[in-house]
Amino acid sequence: MVFKVPSNPNHSVSSFLFRRCAVAACAGEEKRVGTRTVVVGHRPVSETDAYVAQKFCDNRIVSSKYTLWNFLPKNLFEQFRRIANFYFLIIFLVQVIVDTPTSPVTSGLPLFFVITVTAIKQGYEDWLRHRADNEVNKSNVFIVENAKQVQKESEKIKVTVNGEVRLLSLKLVGRGRCVVRAGGGMSCPGELTHYAVRDTTVLCTDEAIDALTATIECEQPQPDLYKFVGRIIIYRSNQEPVARSLGPENLLLKGATLKNTKKIYGVAVYTGMETKMALNYQGKSQKRSAVEKSINAFLIVYLCILLSKATVCTTLKYVWQSNPFNDEPWYNEKTKKERETFKVLRMFTDFLSFMVLFNFIIPVSMYVTVEMQKFLGSFFISWDKEMYDEEIKEGALVNTSDLNEELGQVEYVFTDKTGTLTENSMEFIECCIDGHKYKDCISEVDGFSQTDGPLKYYGKAEKSREELFLRALCLCHTVQIKEADQVDGLIGHPEHRYTYISSSPDEIALVKGAEKYGFTFLGLENNFMKIRNQKNEMETYQLLHVLNFDPVRRRMSVIVRTTTGKLLLFCKGADSSIFPRVQQEEIQQTKVHVDRNAMDGYRTLCVAFKELTQKEYDKIDRQLNEAKMALQDREEKMAKVFEDTEADMHLIGATAVEDRLQEQSAETIEALHAAGMKVWVLTGDKMETAKSTCYACRLFQTSTELLELTAKTVGESERKEDRLHELLMEYHKKLIQDVPKNRGGLKRSWTLSQEYGLIIDGSTLSLILNPSQDSSSSNYKNIFLQICLKCTAVLCCRMAPLQKAQIVRMVKNTKGSPITLSIGDGANDVSMILEAHVGIGIKGKEGRQASRNSDYAVPKFKHLRKLLLAHGHLYYVRIAHLVQYFFYKNLCFILPQFLYQFFCGFSQQPLYDAAYLTMYNICFTSLPILAYSLLEQHINIDTLTADPQLYMKVSDNAMLQWKPFLYWTFLGAFEGLVFFFGVYFLFQNSSLEDNGKVFGNWTFGTIVFTVLVFTVTLKLALDTRFWTWMNHFVIWGSLAFYVFFSFFWGGVIWPFLKQQRMYFVFAHMLTSVSTWLAIILLIFISLFPEILLIVLKNIKEKSHQVRNKIMYLYKPIG
Amino acid sequence: MGFWSWGVVTLQNECPGNTLAYSSISFFYSPTVNDCPFFPLQIDYTGTEPSSPCNKCLNVSWDSSPPCTCTINFTLEHSFESNVFMYYGLSNFYQNHRRYVKSRDDSQLNGDNASLLNPSKECEPYRTNEDKPIAPCGAIANSMFNDTLELYRIDNDTRTPITLIKKGIAWWTDKNVKFRNPTGDGNLTALFQGTTKPVNWPKPVYMLDSEPDNNGFINEDFIVWMRTAALPTFRKLYRLIERKNNLQPTLQAGKYSLDIAYNYPVHSFDGRKRMILSTISWMGGKNPFLGIAYITVGSICFFLGVVLLIIHHKYGNRNTSADIPN
Repeated sequence: MVFKVPSNPNHSVSSFLFRRCAVAACAGEEKRVGTRTVVVGHRPVSETDAYVAQKFCDNRIVSSKYTLWNFLPKNLFEQFRRIANFYFLIIFLVQVIVDTPTSPVTSGLPLFFVITVTAIKQGYEDWLRHRADNEVNKSNVFIVENAKQVQKESEKIKVTVNGEVRLLSLKLVGRGRCVVRAGGGMSCPGELTHYAVRDTTVLCTDEAIDALTATIECEQPQPDLYKFVGRIIIYRSNQEPVARSLGPENLLLKGATLKNTKKIYGVAVYTGMETKMALNYQGKSQKRSAVEKSINAFLIVYLCILLSKATVCTTLKYVWQSNPFNDEPWYNEKTKKERETFKVLRMFTDFLSFMVLFNFIIPVSMYVTVEMQKFLGSFFISWDKEMYDEEIKEGALVNTSDLNEELGQVEYVFTDKTGTLTENSMEFIECCIDGHKYKDCISEVDGFSQTDGPLKYYGKAEKSREELFLRALCLCHTVQIKEADQVDGLIGHPEHRYTYISSSPDEIALVKGAEKYGFTFLGLENNFMKIRNQKNEMETYQLLHVLNFDPVRRRMSVIVRTTTGKLLLFCKGADSSIFPRVQQEEIQQTKVHVDRNAMDGYRTLCVAFKELTQKEYDKIDRQLNEAKMALQDREEKMAKVFEDTEADMHLIGATAVEDRLQEQSAETIEALHAAGMKVWVLTGDKMETAKSTCYACRLFQTSTELLELTAKTVGESERKEDRLHELLMEYHKKLIQDVPKNRGGLKRSWTLSQEYGLIIDGSTLSLILNPSQDSSSSNYKNIFLQICLKCTAVLCCRMAPLQKAQIVRMVKNTKGSPITLSIGDGANDVSMILEAHVGIGIKGKEGRQASRNSDYAVPKFKHLRKLLLAHGHLYYVRIAHLVQYFFYKNLCFILPQFLYQFFCGFSQQPLYDAAYLTMYNICFTSLPILAYSLLEQHINIDTLTADPQLYMKVSDNAMLQWKPFLYWTFLGAFEGLVFFFGVYFLFQNSSLEDNGKVFGNWTFGTIVFTVLVFTVTLKLALDTRFWTWMNHFVIWGSLAFYVFFSFFWGGVIWPFLKQQRMYFVFAHMLTSVSTWLAIILLIFISLFPEILLIVLKNIKEKSHQVRNKIMYLYKPIG
Repeated sequence: MGFWSWGVVTLQNECPGNTLAYSSISFFYSPTVNDCPFFPLQIDYTGTEPSSPCNKCLNVSWDSSPPCTCTINFTLEHSFESNVFMYYGLSNFYQNHRRYVKSRDDSQLNGDNASLLNPSKECEPYRTNEDKPIAPCGAIANSMFNDTLELYRIDNDTRTPITLIKKGIAWWTDKNVKFRNPTGDGNLTALFQGTTKPVNWPKPVYMLDSEPDNNGFINEDFIVWMRTAALPTFRKLYRLIERKNNLQPTLQAGKYSLDIAYNYPVHSFDGRKRMILSTISWMGGKNPFLGIAYITVGSICFFLGVVLLIIHHKYGNRNTSADIPN
């Protein structure tokens, strides 16, 4: 399983090369031991090692749920686990077993329909997964086998995979580095640099690889994409085995694409379903929307209605039957079987029969319609042209369609700052060296020009310090050089032949900054960094160690050896992490600059250095290697070494980098505010930087009163808990107790009064959330929460990723459980994206992680505005209307049937024909509501986007509260009564036809049903504000289909039917003028309240408009 | 009378505004004749009241022969000008009971020979009698209305029978497609060989009428009965009285008598029987409901329209006045 990856710079890995070799799993009783061992090459397995046969899974990726064989049983089982489906299955079984009024077909067919549609949808999705799996599994790879490349299907590789690959060697010049596009085959701007182990970089032919003998020990598969701990032991003939550490920088994930390397050789360590990508894929969270909760509540109400109807009918039946001539008149004797059944059993079956008769009140097809609506509806987001970004050539991405309507319900928005509110494209602004400010000001015309660029010096530091500082900027980074001829889509520098590539835009900005001042980084070659200095001389430094950046340490360092043999450590990082590690007397002068820069909203970094003696270096070198080798607790050990190494440094200076705001992010935040959402910014940045960004993007207005709970206000001393307590109490008093009570009723009315903003930082937050045991501060959290909820905007700075999630969870679990939304772009936002109700990823510069874990991904922060205000609002309105309409239409469908029982001796005689019972929900009334729920725009999209206030209209699940539910229920009940009694009174006249002939019970039902179908469809037409040809087609088409079907159904003697009840009933019905008049009248009466409401609303709106107009007109005068 | 139907059902039995009169009348018996212009004439001949001529037949049984007969005289105060339709009406008769509705075999009635000899199970307990299949089977057929009603005009003590037409009372599609006699050679008697008559019937189905095209399953009285009514109080078309010429009305005002061969027992289930004479316009029988409903809805709409128009005008005026300072 050593393999080679040839690649074009921009194409995904097309083939792999593997070498067949023995792989052995580490011995152990447990299937999962701490580490796994992969053997490379023909190493004789020694007896003592007691290897057992390999236990690795094969390389088939199976993301599909079903196979051809188990699809039916498995899918059915899963579908019937749904309460609603199970309920209908029970009803169906009751119908089969018990003698019920309607045939099993009436409920069996809709159920079958619903199950089939869902199965088709799920089958289709699974087929897509199968296809994707096959694409991966059948793709060709190259395996190195006996020093030759053999082409094989990826799936057949017994040993390992197309999965994660450890780099052994790189062919291209053997530079030992390659840039890989991260992410599963998608084009993605996040490039990462991966390295081969130093000892193997020379192996760049098939033969050399074949001769390699090594063992790789690494941890068992785990889903963390950014963590990998392993070690490779290389055995050379006649030499001691060499052990080298392996980290995430040595691991290529499945689906990675090579960028600046033609091919690589690698060893597969995780295969198939054990690859990190596959493990991550499975860990998708299941989020449920609030609308579903409402649906379930309504379902319970209707279930109660159903049960009470059945109980009432059963009771009355037996009361009525207590009269013997009602029970069994001479003309209608019971069958023998009926007579012999026990009374209790008979009552029970009667109850069940009534249940069956009325069971249509529970809308069987609602779930499938809701599912289809969500599935199809989510396409509108990804089709939205306004959310298409030219730069990355992508639009919005929908990862889950379950949460569409949740977008219309958001109350809290948690946003990351860098890359979300800002561009994450950095620009070097200024720096300070030993307290002297250096600022680039090209516009300054003072005739003073230097070879190294037009700079204005505000006083000058020593030349040597300057150079040291610039060298530090040039050396202390992980930036890559990319040759100009390979530029693709990146911002090229025509004057140079290369571009810089880095996972962090800050670093590029710094390197470019240094370039402006005369120090140009020319690249890394064989671990030697080349720099061209101000005098145009070449300097080379041997790169000994890179102490990588991590968000906990918030700094990174390099250790280099100069040509003169001096050992230097350069460190750069956040001021808070640098200041404690440098000589205290140096801090003051730099701190002034750092603070001022932070106030201006720049990102600041401090640069420090220290000289190492050979002895010190040796020690560090040893420790680092030891720590890197460790398989257990590697991180902790590394952190310890870093901690020890990066101490007692000398501060040289600081840099300021500007991160520009994304276009329209201020407008977007304003709009979100106006829409009643509370925006919280959660960032890892310094408080001052974050604060100024917040002002810039208008999160805080100048009128906003800021409440600060930061290390500054709370203080550093032991008394900080007391101080915190005081502050909390003070703010609490200010915000909650002093406020007049009457404001409590007006939700989200804060826009009218004084606005408060809260600033809190990570350390204070942890103090609040995890207070020490002894103090009486256990309710800090509560007080804090109350304060937070009263604030318009909250800024949380210096947050660790987990703290972000903690905050989201805290708000999510408050009373009323508000809907939260998290938006972020980086890996550090993933936790909060997963935590919030709705997670939005920005397809930003920091890789694909956020968008992969999100529910929706958009290219820019500004798209949030349309996503929430327009799409979210519409989706919510649509689905709410859909749900209410479904309950309504089934209520007025079943109510006449219920009323009919009072006139047929409670004998469970159905009012409608079985065909109508069956088709009502699946044919006659299903498509119009589906089309409505997909296309409706009750308010124009542009208006919705432009007027954020409209969003508040649907806040708090407004359309699915009990009030609108009752309105719909009463409307349904009213219409049901009108249908039934209207036709009842019509039937008081025996002859409705002009030839004196009479109508029977089926005509009665058909008239009711006709009125019903027309009324509910026209009701929907009245509700439709946005007519497309599709709406016209389905609404009028449904009605036409109903008429056509009725003619057809009644026009033929159906041989498979036991009774020809409907034979020419519909046609005869239409020959009667009275019936026509009655149908029109009843439809009109049923819709009358609705029409009246519309007219009144129009008048109100008009008067409103007029009033507004008057106000507008009189304003300039008065 | 049905549970809830009492109050509403009575409405059809009287002229509008005549409610009190009717209720009082029905207490002491005089033939409950409703006779007002534009509304059908109804005669209740159940005979529960001791003074009723049909009281003697009240407890009649199915197999009483000769049948109990009674005669009710009534006066027609307004003449019927156009064709008159004669209905029989039953009350508290649950033709829409589930057990009853499904107790029939449509393929047997459609002339299917296999079903004729082996009727559907739905017909139980009226499926077989003495091991012979019943034709037509089922409760509906078994309980077919079998009173005979005859109408005479009394003119100076001479009784002139009025011609009652018994054909053309069923739906054309029923008579010609849905209901068919069994096919085969020979007369009806031979075709129904091997079956037995419904228990309550005095004679088999092939002896319902003398005319071959109105006999057997295609007997129109039978077809009309087989169309189950929607409500427990219903009427079914019994006979037609055609206007003979343009010179005189179909039924002149005057004295009439109704001869009833009382076979159909309704007393056991508290039912009532009525004979109804009615004329019909282009939109069917006289229907107070539609008229009242249209008038009510129309006036409400008109009223609301006026109100809204006023409101609209008010705002419209304001709108124009608002434009003035512009």
